[in-house]
Amino acid sequence: MILSGKSGKTVLSGLAGGLALLGAATVQAQEISRGAVIASTCYTCHGTYGVSPGSIPPIDDISAERMISTLQGYRSGQRASTVMGRHASGYTDEEIREVAQYFGNLQKRGK
Amino acid sequence: MKMTGISRRDFVKLLGAGGAASALGLVGGCETVPASAASAASAKAAPRVVVVGGGFGGATCAKYLRIYDPSLNVTMIEQNANFVTCPGSNWVLGGMRTMADITHSYAALRSKHGVNVMHDRVVSIDAARRSVALASGKSVEYDRLVMAPGIDFRWGAIEGYDEAASELVPHAWKAGPQTLLLQKQLQAMPDGGTFIICPPPMPFRCPPGPPERVSMVAHYFKTHKPRSKILILDAKEGFSKQGLFMDAWDELYPGMIEFVPASKGGKVQRVDVKTRTVYTDEGLTTHKGDVVNFIPAQRAGAIAGASGLANESGWCPVNQHTFESTLVPNVHVIGDAAVAGDLPKSGHTANNIAKMTAASIVSLFRGVKPPLPSHVNTCYSLVSPEYGISVAAVYRLNEKGVLEGVKGAGGLSPKDAPRLQRVQEANYAQGWYKGITQDSFG
Repeated sequence: MILSGKSGKTVLSGLAGGLALLGAATVQAQEISRGAVIASTCYTCHGTYGVSPGSIPPIDDISAERMISTLQGYRSGQRASTVMGRHASGYTDEEIREVAQYFGNLQKRGK
Repeated sequence: MKMTGISRRDFVKLLGAGGAASALGLVGGCETVPASAASAASAKAAPRVVVVGGGFGGATCAKYLRIYDPSLNVTMIEQNANFVTCPGSNWVLGGMRTMADITHSYAALRSKHGVNVMHDRVVSIDAARRSVALASGKSVEYDRLVMAPGIDFRWGAIEGYDEAASELVPHAWKAGPQTLLLQKQLQAMPDGGTFIICPPPMPFRCPPGPPERVSMVAHYFKTHKPRSKILILDAKEGFSKQGLFMDAWDELYPGMIEFVPASKGGKVQRVDVKTRTVYTDEGLTTHKGDVVNFIPAQRAGAIAGASGLANESGWCPVNQHTFESTLVPNVHVIGDAAVAGDLPKSGHTANNIAKMTAASIVSLFRGVKPPLPSHVNTCYSLVSPEYGISVAAVYRLNEKGVLEGVKGAGGLSPKDAPRLQRVQEANYAQGWYKGITQDSFG
């Protein structure tokens, strides 16, 4: 998975050093994950990494478990929303889990 | 929606135009990059990406290229020192915002993200040598080029309306001096005057932009010139979020706004900018406005056409996965200029396309599969400062490689929503603006 954020630089330079030794396996690890791709589409409204600069709620500090249940709630309509129900309906359970885990990993890296 | 995987053949096709496949040793059914190739690549100088244009597409792409891979050498070339956003420019006309509020600098791209921002203008692209020539006489080499030239107008498509004419009758469809000109004319208009707006044929930048402009001008009139009228002479039969807009207009601005679709006499044949007269019905009907806003038909930014990136449609065909041009290798075209399936031409989609393109370019340099794209569009419109509506969609690549809306997702704000939802969406519209400008320029 591609790493981004404040810690990105360190991790990537580490990768570059290890490339010659680890070869193909490491290169595979540089694929940009589906969770990262979907998360990046959240940033347009919610701000980069989900740190909202305005009136749209921040999503950078939500646990993976809560993000999964919230998005599933929007998708089923059990949870009221203005626009999130229309968005959440576009994703499978697996995609929701992956994007939630991606946000969870950002938090662990102290983004 | 179910996502389709990328076959090895598709992957090679993606790489093929970039000429990278040969370097990757894609042999014997193995999709991975041999260590020797990867270490050779890492020993070389950092790959160079040049991004042309500093709007939502260009700025976001430059930023995310550096986020996805801080080792990349990213140069963004933009003529202007600052960017004035089209989103929010209607809010300026409505008196809700100032020009300063919608003007953004490139300081964070430089200082926070390490993008080399050059204020210059691209005059030509040499695809064989992989370099761009600048107005200053300099040239910049690239490994991959990202073109984000936005739109230009089809001057002269309607008799009487060329670039010089826009100094008298503004289009205000590129934000900046044109926005100020229209604002000045509206402010000088007497109470009881008529504002005529002529929206363009599809495809054009920001489909809900014209009705939002009508709404914001109506809000300004209601506040300052309540006897004034608005006439919409449209090149189309209908417009984005039409039902929602018209319901809100009836409620907020009753009797002020008249919409004339193309087939009922809305199609403009000629504009006389000196007398602010618009001719429709094959010139048989004349409409004289106190202020006229004529928005011309559009095409990809001029540099795209001059560089062989646009086809006969005037827009730029691309591989909708990586946004690499199907006409010129190693050049990606993003934002409004690109033909992007179902995606409307909006700042929001330009921001999303930019990120997917950045992810693709980084992946192609690394010799790994570009991730399958997932795009979102959310277009908020303000009908008044406390009345917001939206349209949203999620997009994926279909089997034909075309970006298509995910069925069962997206759609409009509900028709008979309680007023509280309109208030909330007005609040979110303004939050969206802060979010997207931070994500693109911050």
